[in-house]
Amino acid sequence: MVVNDEDRYLMLSGLQHFQFCKRQWALIHIEQQWEENVRTIEGQHLHHKADQPFLKEKRRDKLIVRAMPIQSKELQLSGTCDVVEFIQDPDGVGLAGVEGTYKVYPVEYKRGKPKKGDEDVIQLAAQAMCLEEMMLCRVDTGYIFYNEIKHRIEVPISDMLRDQVKQMAAEMHHYYDKRHTPKVKTGPFCKNCSLQHICVPNLMHKRSVQSYIEGRLGE
Amino acid sequence: MRKLLNTLYVTQPDTYLALDGDNVLLLKGDEKLGRLPLHNLEAIISFGYTGASPALMGYCADRNIAITFLTQSGRFLARVIGESRGNVVLRKTQYRISDNEEEATKIARNFITGKVYNHKWVLERMTRDYPLRIDVEQFKIVSGQLSDILREVRNSVSMESLRGWEGQAAVYYNRVFDQMILQQKEDFFFHGRSRRPPKDNVNAMLSFAYTLLAKDTAAALETVGLDAYVGFMHQDRPGRASLALDLMEELRGIYADRFVLSLINRKEVTASDFVTKENGAVLMTDEARKTFLKAWQTKKQESITHPYLGEKISWGLVPYVQSLLLARFLRGDLDEYPPFLWK
Ligand code: SF4
Repeated sequence: MVVNDEDRYLMLSGLQHFQFCKRQWALIHIEQQWEENVRTIEGQHLHHKADQPFLKEKRRDKLIVRAMPIQSKELQLSGTCDVVEFIQDPDGVGLAGVEGTYKVYPVEYKRGKPKKGDEDVIQLAAQAMCLEEMMLCRVDTGYIFYNEIKHRIEVPISDMLRDQVKQMAAEMHHYYDKRHTPKVKTGPFCKNCSLQHICVPNLMHKRSVQSYIEGRLGE
Repeated sequence: MRKLLNTLYVTQPDTYLALDGDNVLLLKGDEKLGRLPLHNLEAIISFGYTGASPALMGYCADRNIAITFLTQSGRFLARVIGESRGNVVLRKTQYRISDNEEEATKIARNFITGKVYNHKWVLERMTRDYPLRIDVEQFKIVSGQLSDILREVRNSVSMESLRGWEGQAAVYYNRVFDQMILQQKEDFFFHGRSRRPPKDNVNAMLSFAYTLLAKDTAAALETVGLDAYVGFMHQDRPGRASLALDLMEELRGIYADRFVLSLINRKEVTASDFVTKENGAVLMTDEARKTFLKAWQTKKQESITHPYLGEKISWGLVPYVQSLLLARFLRGDLDEYPPFLWK
């Protein structure tokens, strides 16, 4: 049997959902449920500029590529980098059709401001790992640009972060292979979830249906 | 819970529906009849041989706004669906169960439990509200018979016996239905159900109410990612939204029947709202249909506490919430499907 590996690839952007809530990730990526809401629409809007495939911009020692498709065999993930910056550096790698050697920096654009959780950082690390695999280079640093503070922050791609990404990707594939939407601990974060009308988080604490029916019938 | 959006009912014949920005434009020839923002709508139901532009259909399909075309008398013609965006995993589970009588019976049992239970409480409610107008003793007897049937339903392990008990329950319930008509007795009476065609005013109204309920339920099922056409109890038949029919069983009495009764009892419809055809078929006039639809929309806005969720929702969301609960059960989040048990 011929297995097309790439069919197994999951969306890299799912990492942020998975980190936020495993159930949310499963609802979106396994069950393909998606509720349009303010968040996603705002997100699309912001991405528009970053979303022009292969638009290259050259600024002295810097080459900027937008909407670059990326993937990783090891992680079995694929996606798009909002922006990849190549900065000329003697320790860097060569690029097809361009003179000189370059170091590689992924840049992710986010609506809002830096979050308490790791979800943005994880996604960036996964992008870095994809780029390393595709370009045979080392990516030590990436950036996240936050729209609300109009400012980018530097993120070192540590080994700990890489391990976390690997573990999450493996877990995602495990759920995906079983097509299983996990039940999870709900919490205050559900209030910010765009899928709460589909998920109905308070259902997860409800009494059994059997006792509900028996209760009503017995009255 | 989700917000209840409006349903647009297009009843004027020969109206063409077009897309105009984010609005639906109603046209009659070159004349503009109206323009409505689509973001307030969750469904469009068009009566009569009207048409819609492909642009509008595409827009609605993308945004989960159901468009259904019916004949002037409410018979189903077509509905518009987009590229299937539904939930494949969920649908496969649904199909698997639909082909497995044992598992399907477990769900059907809860649909019928809901139906019989709710019919019983329609009767109980009558004895409380109108003890001087109805034969309370007879109602209590029937209510007791329905309780007995409920017990049998709970113990049923085959679809055949479920259908049998459901039929028996209908016989008992229909026997006292006529007594629930408290006004205009000479024009409105119930001697049994007639469907194709309805042969009296009450049956004409019941048919119309069931049609609306079925459309609302089908749209709700599709919204949560289920296939409205593959049922557990009603068998597949071309053009029949079997799952919608299954799911609405528990809502017929408390939703549709009570609605029709209240229109008669509040004298919001009268004998002049109906015409009898040569073949004995009774039809509602266009004017009556408008009154009916307006009251139906108002009913949808009324609120109720969901018996299982314990949350306040509007009546109009009940089909949606039940669809959601069914989906949750199919996904394995619930131990059984919780029917809407009204009181
Ligand atoms: S509502 Fe809560 S539990 Fe459900 S998907 Fe969203 S975050 Fe996760």
